[in-house]
Amino acid sequence: MAITSVKNLKEFSTANDRFEGSHLLCPGCAHSMIVRELMNATDDNLVVASSTGCLEVCTAVYPYTSWDTSWIHIGFENSATAASCAEAMYKARKKKGTLPNPDAPVKFVAFGGDGATYDIGFQWLSGAMERGHDFTYICLDNENYANTGGQRSSSTPIGASTSTAQAGTHSYGKTQKKKDIVAIMAAHGAPYVAQLAPNKWKSMAKGFQKALETEGPCFINTVSACTTEWKFDPKDTISITDLATDSLMFPIYEIINGTELNILYRPKNIIPVEDYLGAQGRYRHLFKPENRHVIERIQKDIDEKWEYLQRREEARV
Amino acid sequence: MSTGVLGTEKRGIRELGAEEKVGWDEVTRGVVLNSFEGDASNVAHQKAEERQYADFNSYTATVASWRIIKPVYNRDICIDCQNCWVWCPDTSIISRDKQMLGIDYDHCKGCGVCVEVCPTNPKSLLMFSEAKEQEEALAEWPEKKKKEKK
Ligand SMILES: Cc1ncc(C[n+]2csc(CCOP(=O)(O)OP(=O)(O)O)c2C)c(N)n1
Ligand code: SF4
Ligand code: SF4
Ligand code: SF4
Ligand SMILES: [Mg+2]
Repeated sequence: MAITSVKNLKEFSTANDRFEGSHLLCPGCAHSMIVRELMNATDDNLVVASSTGCLEVCTAVYPYTSWDTSWIHIGFENSATAASCAEAMYKARKKKGTLPNPDAPVKFVAFGGDGATYDIGFQWLSGAMERGHDFTYICLDNENYANTGGQRSSSTPIGASTSTAQAGTHSYGKTQKKKDIVAIMAAHGAPYVAQLAPNKWKSMAKGFQKALETEGPCFINTVSACTTEWKFDPKDTISITDLATDSLMFPIYEIINGTELNILYRPKNIIPVEDYLGAQGRYRHLFKPENRHVIERIQKDIDEKWEYLQRREEARV
Repeated sequence: MSTGVLGTEKRGIRELGAEEKVGWDEVTRGVVLNSFEGDASNVAHQKAEERQYADFNSYTATVASWRIIKPVYNRDICIDCQNCWVWCPDTSIISRDKQMLGIDYDHCKGCGVCVEVCPTNPKSLLMFSEAKEQEEALAEWPEKKKKEKK
């Protein structure tokens, strides 16, 4: 099966985009960068389901669609349900011999924001993973409910100010840690789970190719810098993402069959998380003397997580 | 203003909101918006100019009015690295056969990401006021910058 070459960027650029412009995502939104990198990595026919959220709402504003694939607009909590059930129906019809084009390469993909994935659609996602459908779930993780005005989610990191966990005289923003969705998905026994970032386009494209080739339910968490709610200039989406991956706030790694953990990106110079936090308005208050302890806490958590990931990579458990 | 093969005139591009609306009950049953006219089974192997876009495809619409500043492209310095292509969030960098051809001003929102990720010195893409003429912008292009000492 011919799959787009991701050997180098020049080769990759010969892919024919199947995600069109004049969608209504904010200028500089990372959601669309991620979707383009993923869709350009394959020429398979895709059946895509999107949970309600910025991606869905902004790419299918009547009378327009930005999707050059089969695509369904589904409830906030239901993209895993829709994609997995379409897959089940496809399999059944293949068996019965009622498909008009049974040999066409078809893959099933679900997109959800972190609100949809970590919180509202969590149970439905878990169900689809457990049932073992052959599909790939992509979480566009911008760490808040962006489409409804930036409420905190269980993916919002400690210390971030959101519209429902606002920093002020009595609060430093969200007080709870981010949920480790990658570990939870790996614990389902999923054959392929990864955390990827759009600044590392090659690991993004390769990770998606791997997920599509892998039979069974695959999960990819992607870091999606949100210019509006993270509060940075739209031109800086990629440089902010560089700071995220180089500070190890977002380590890039995959877990195969729940045990084989591979780190996919090791920064040459690991930068202090302060540099990442300082570049965004949602963390500005942490630089006040009374909140400095939160930055120290975040750095400590990062260091421990990195140590943990490296140990697991070594131990193969 | 539009570039080469993807010219506005050829596509009959419309302002968002200016399109003739069809009632929900007149849309294909099940509320299906077809992205293409006719057989679309091969689009992954077709370039934009080879496709039969349906009016429902957002490709046929423009968001040019969102821009206050716009990127201008200087071919003389470009090394065709494709950084701008891979990271443009609005599918607005036109690349064909590994070559950067220019900007699709119907879909570009002027975010400036392409300029930031352009590695040449001076940059091959720079932001200018939307009103600036292309030739004028090119005439004002900066010289090669000496490496800043860190
Ligand atoms: C059941 C249900 N509850 C609430 C909403 C309102 N709603 C629409 S989008 C959204 C936020 C989506 O957040 P997320 O999934 O993180 O996606 P993002 O917009 O951040 O990309 C909410 C709360 C809804 N559509 N359905
Ligand atoms: S609010 Fe954030 S996620 Fe939503 S479109 Fe804007 S930048 Fe993208
Ligand atoms: S300014 Fe933004 S939308 Fe326009 S071409 Fe550059 S990256 Fe794409
Ligand atoms: S990023 Fe700059 S050098 Fe690279 S292809 Fe684009 S314009 Fe040319
Ligand atoms: Mg979100």
